[in-house]
Amino acid sequence: MAATSTPLDKSLPCLSAKGIGVVLLLTIAYGIVPLVGSSYLYEAILTPFLALSLAALGLNLLTGYAGQLSLGSSAFMAVGAYAAFNLSLRLPFLPLPATIVLAGLVAALAGLVAGLPALRLRGFYLAVSTLAVQFFVAWVLNRFSWLSNDSPSGIISAPPLVVAGLSFEDARGRYLFSLTVVTLLTVLAWRLVTSPTGRNFVAVRDNETAARVIGVKVARTKLLAFGLSSFIIGVAGVLWAFAYLRTVEPAGFNLDRSFQILFIVIIGGLGTLRGAFLGAGLIVVLPLLLSRFGAALLGDGFDSGTLEMCQRIVLGILIVAFLIREPAGLSALLDRAVRRLRPSA
Amino acid sequence: MPAFRTALRSVLVAGTALVALTGSAGADEQHFPLQSYRVGPYAAGGTGFFGGFIDYLNLINTRDGGVNGVKLTWSEGETQYEVERGVEVYERLKSRPGIAAWNPLSVGIAYAMVDRITKDKVPLITINHGRTDSTDGRVFPYVFPLLLNPYSETSGIVEYLGSREGELDRLKGKTIAVLYHGSPYGKETIPIYELLAKKHGFKVEQIEVPHPGNEQQSQWLTIRRLKPDYVVLRGWGVMNPVALKTAQKTGFPANRIVGNVWSNSEEDVIPAGEAAKGYVAITTQASGAEYPVLKDIIKTVYDGNTGNLADKKRIGSVYHNLGIVNGILNVEAVRAAQAKFGKRTLTGDEVRWGFEHLRLDEARVAALGAKGLFHSINVTCANHEGDGRVTFQQWDGAKWKVVSDWIAPDWATLRPIIEASSATYAKEHGITPRNCAAEENATHAAAATP
Repeated sequence: MAATSTPLDKSLPCLSAKGIGVVLLLTIAYGIVPLVGSSYLYEAILTPFLALSLAALGLNLLTGYAGQLSLGSSAFMAVGAYAAFNLSLRLPFLPLPATIVLAGLVAALAGLVAGLPALRLRGFYLAVSTLAVQFFVAWVLNRFSWLSNDSPSGIISAPPLVVAGLSFEDARGRYLFSLTVVTLLTVLAWRLVTSPTGRNFVAVRDNETAARVIGVKVARTKLLAFGLSSFIIGVAGVLWAFAYLRTVEPAGFNLDRSFQILFIVIIGGLGTLRGAFLGAGLIVVLPLLLSRFGAALLGDGFDSGTLEMCQRIVLGILIVAFLIREPAGLSALLDRAVRRLRPSA
Repeated sequence: MPAFRTALRSVLVAGTALVALTGSAGADEQHFPLQSYRVGPYAAGGTGFFGGFIDYLNLINTRDGGVNGVKLTWSEGETQYEVERGVEVYERLKSRPGIAAWNPLSVGIAYAMVDRITKDKVPLITINHGRTDSTDGRVFPYVFPLLLNPYSETSGIVEYLGSREGELDRLKGKTIAVLYHGSPYGKETIPIYELLAKKHGFKVEQIEVPHPGNEQQSQWLTIRRLKPDYVVLRGWGVMNPVALKTAQKTGFPANRIVGNVWSNSEEDVIPAGEAAKGYVAITTQASGAEYPVLKDIIKTVYDGNTGNLADKKRIGSVYHNLGIVNGILNVEAVRAAQAKFGKRTLTGDEVRWGFEHLRLDEARVAALGAKGLFHSINVTCANHEGDGRVTFQQWDGAKWKVVSDWIAPDWATLRPIIEASSATYAKEHGITPRNCAAEENATHAAAATP
């Protein structure tokens, strides 16, 4: 679980090349994409990409920085989504941002409880205990129909995205809304990992005993990591349900989704913030591009099932190739590419 | 002035050619985007259903040259039955010209599409499944749970069990156990069984099987203790064959088990082998390939090697026939809308009107070559289900055999519950229910004025 980058190299982003890159990306995301994109780009690619990137970012805090393996990510997404649904339904006077923050806090609370076994368990044993959370949350959502407002089918539809009278209901609005939430939380996460708390996370990850010796409160740090990570994942769940699918069903937050988020983190790069975005790009966007490419190449007449199988094979080979080339993930691959381009740096 | 005349003629010829070209490129096609699933755990249902649907569209194109000359086209996107993939395919295909309707055959995908299709004004067909309250077309103008919704299914099963006893009143004092899948889908009919039990005086015991349901020993031991007269299987995927096998092990006769619409296919019984012999299941469309429309499909489509099913043995299977019936309903809705709006490519909203005037009585169904395949349908603005009848089929170890008449569910009892639920939805979403009578009068007035 060793990661290559240390939190320290992220300080002073405004002056470094990385900082310029971030500013450039934000300019494109806010300034250019909303002008040129199509509804397909927003609804089918960017919004789910942003939501899953955020979830991966949350998990990366926990797994990449603090070294606690979790298989319950999608359960926290579900907690966030259902909490936001119930808050907006039962406390309709709350503005949407407050609903989202409170939903994140509910997820954080769930994360704290789920993190308790981490005080005694490590590695695979911890993964198994977070697996229990995954099934427990699904069971609770299925068992207590009050949580889905007694909807007979258990599937609920999300309320409209309106902040202070401003509607984000169209495709571009949903994208900008998600982008803003993701940007804010990414800044928060960046502040966190460059702070002493972030260094405590890494200390606990690299050597728990050594961390304890130098005075890091290990139990508190672990729980904090669980809480913060679940907060971010919970908000990602709200985005997934409210901005992207506009419907929530417990089955949508299953173990497959948890694995998907974990793979995003591993492929993107453990212990790096941008790894979450790179990984989500590979796992979420690449299959769509492959599918579009395949359909364009072979035409509508081709059996879509066969096409799907071919895409899976291609994607699988790509992932294996990436990880052989760079076990530390796409983030490290990017670093290496940049170094090659600028030999002087 | 021969030069001038030649020039004029060539301009005229070029002009007509241009008109003809643009005409053939733009008009006379009606498109069906398909969110199919040919990969993943539900591929058996997906290949059968979408195969049947495509086979029927193919038949209409080849045999009839389209619907009144309007060709039917389709494109597929693979969803693997996953909601987000379904949404992606929707966003990808929604810009295709001349879309008639969407047919996802997935509850989750359909739910995620309700807002989207309502905004885009295109019908969403959820044959045999979907949101029960979308039956109320006043609140859900673009959603059509054609033929059967989950509540009607429940009532249809109870009516059938009554007919097995001789009459509905004889269910009094009997015990029915409902074995349901532990999911929102499985739990949806719990209150309806309770309601019908109270109404008809039978006892109902509802037992949950956690997903995926590959271990049911304790549930069937409970059933053995309860000694119910019938067991209703409200299953899903692997849960169905496991239920049948476990029933055999615990000594419960298969002919007293009645499956619902998601437990009624060949894929549900074949893995159970001998244990499935005698098992009965509800269906809206009979299986088998002896109906004229299927014979036409075999002759026109499969003998021309353009059939969609890879395995010809599956022609006439439950999902294949459901796809064919779905094709008939879609095509006839387009035909109904063409009768009003003209024989051209229609907009989604015009096809919606067609679905709301989809009236196929038994004579029309017979004329379509589907007598015995399904009964009839009568969709209106307020009733988007269309009073579909159900029938029951029994597995004889090799194929399904119809064992009942066409049964009408007790719609009158169910309608108030549906309207209460749709009213809640309308309130949550700030929808004012449509006034169907006024709309009907308005269209008549519009039709009267030239």
